[in-house]
Amino acid sequence: MGMTMTQKILAQHAGLKEVKPGQLIQADLDMVLGNDITAPVAVEEFNKIGWDSVFHKEKIAIVPDHFTPNKDIKSAEQCKTIREFARKHEIKHYFEIGQMGIEHALLPEKGLVVPGDLVIGADSHTCTYGALGAFSTGIGSTDMAAGMATGKAWFKVPEAIKFELTGTLGEWVSGKDVILHIIGKIGVEGALYKSMEFTGEGLKALSIDDRFAMANMAIEAGAKNGIFDVDEVTLQYVKEHSTKPYTVYQADEDAVYSEVYPIDLSQIKPTVAFPHLPENTRTIDEVGDVAIDQVVIGSCTNGRIEDMRIAAKILEGKQVHPHVRTIIFPATQKIYLQAMEEGLLKIFVEAGAVVSTPTCGPCLGGHMGILAKGERAVATTNRNFVGRMGHPESEVYLASPAIAAASAITGKISSPKEVIGC
Amino acid sequence: MLIGKVIKYGDNVDTDVIIPARYLNTSNPLELAKHCMEDIDASFIERVEKGDVMVAGRNFGCGSSREHAPIAIKASGISCIIAVSFARIFYRNAINIGLPILECEDAARAIEEGQQVEVDLANGRIVNRTTGESYKAAPFPEFMQELIKAEGLINYVKKGRAQG
Ligand code: SF4
Repeated sequence: MGMTMTQKILAQHAGLKEVKPGQLIQADLDMVLGNDITAPVAVEEFNKIGWDSVFHKEKIAIVPDHFTPNKDIKSAEQCKTIREFARKHEIKHYFEIGQMGIEHALLPEKGLVVPGDLVIGADSHTCTYGALGAFSTGIGSTDMAAGMATGKAWFKVPEAIKFELTGTLGEWVSGKDVILHIIGKIGVEGALYKSMEFTGEGLKALSIDDRFAMANMAIEAGAKNGIFDVDEVTLQYVKEHSTKPYTVYQADEDAVYSEVYPIDLSQIKPTVAFPHLPENTRTIDEVGDVAIDQVVIGSCTNGRIEDMRIAAKILEGKQVHPHVRTIIFPATQKIYLQAMEEGLLKIFVEAGAVVSTPTCGPCLGGHMGILAKGERAVATTNRNFVGRMGHPESEVYLASPAIAAASAITGKISSPKEVIGC
Repeated sequence: MLIGKVIKYGDNVDTDVIIPARYLNTSNPLELAKHCMEDIDASFIERVEKGDVMVAGRNFGCGSSREHAPIAIKASGISCIIAVSFARIFYRNAINIGLPILECEDAARAIEEGQQVEVDLANGRIVNRTTGESYKAAPFPEFMQELIKAEGLINYVKKGRAQG
């Protein structure tokens, strides 16, 4: 029986010629990731195992990005735990403030993930690296602890859903709109326990940043992982960021999929997910009048340089609405610097937005932009659950950077066309 | 055998409502438990008694990978969760920390808030003591039974069995 991309990567890392959906395997790990929320629990569990060393000093990444720069004493203590652990075990890829970025933007940028890798991370959006043709998936702290000790993890081999992309994206339409469209179509458990594999000639229309945003939200459809075919765009990115050896896996011709969805990119419209589930999508022309109090542009979904450029293009020479607090947070130090050099930060500040150091902060309702009761935000993040960004009676609308920036100007959810006038 | 009263929720109970991120600056189970479910059910923590069984709909535990979610539920006194389906990271985390969870659509739909249920994990049998109805959940694959027997992944690894 033919195998999907994911199945091939799993088989290879388990030392098996073939794997079948449902099979339980032990696989070797190329990278184990944790952050300042999940790694402290993992460190505690790791210490319980009682092993004195980690399996590999260069195959573990620890990124304090959620409550950092530390928002209070408790988070400072949590960061201290992982900092000391990283120092003790000489973990090479521990990123302190100043080097730190949001983990899922940071790891690919630092060249730590390449095509064909098998990565686990104690953070659900670890699935982001599927954009590079790697198998990556979120796990919990206990798995992280066991992974750091043994270099292995158990997996149930997933079935896959194939998304066959054709056509090109319309104006102001991005990878974010494509993935919101897909989640709206298949639902938040539409891909439960499965892989989402993206393929087809439409890939050409998607930049690497579009693909990161799409793979990032595979978990919002319940998927185990999202993965893209590797093409020149991927290889160019890898060449620019990494010297690690990589392997390109392709699905077999006779690979079996539980479902196949053709997606014509040219038909996708700018899309917004209404509270309180990412599947509650509406196209921009169905949105109606939704007044907002805050706009957040950033996160591991849409805090990359292209996102900054789109936001700047819309905000340039304009003012954000006086009722809208606009918070922009580039995902990594490198993106921050690049945005500075390109003059984007100046555009943001002149438009009346604030620019934050890289942090998860507002995305998970941690700090740096919490919503009060009854307030509404448009965010380029990935989750709009009850209480996600603050008060349980606040609301989060998920959208692309283009819609978010346009909405910041008008004070209600808006199409970029309304403010650019084309 | 687990016996307890039922506390019931609907579909898509996500990790943000199980334990909101604003409380994740600690990993202390008892502190986490104080805020368990508070954004969808402020009275949960007052109502819950040791041994109670949580029953829910589809996609329970969707969202983040925070192990704090099953940790908070376990520390609140819940002995077992029965749902139509679980989000995969939550499923994994629950097994890894030794919180029993069962997928059983019929039981999850029929059993109601406040009823008394009895769960036999060894064979997946669920009995609604209030109505007398009984259900059968799918048994765990062998590997997971081993994990449960070892009381979680850490003990399993400790014994060195995961090295092979
Ligand atoms: S930016 Fe948001 S979704 Fe991404 S890792 Fe941080 S908290 Fe999680």
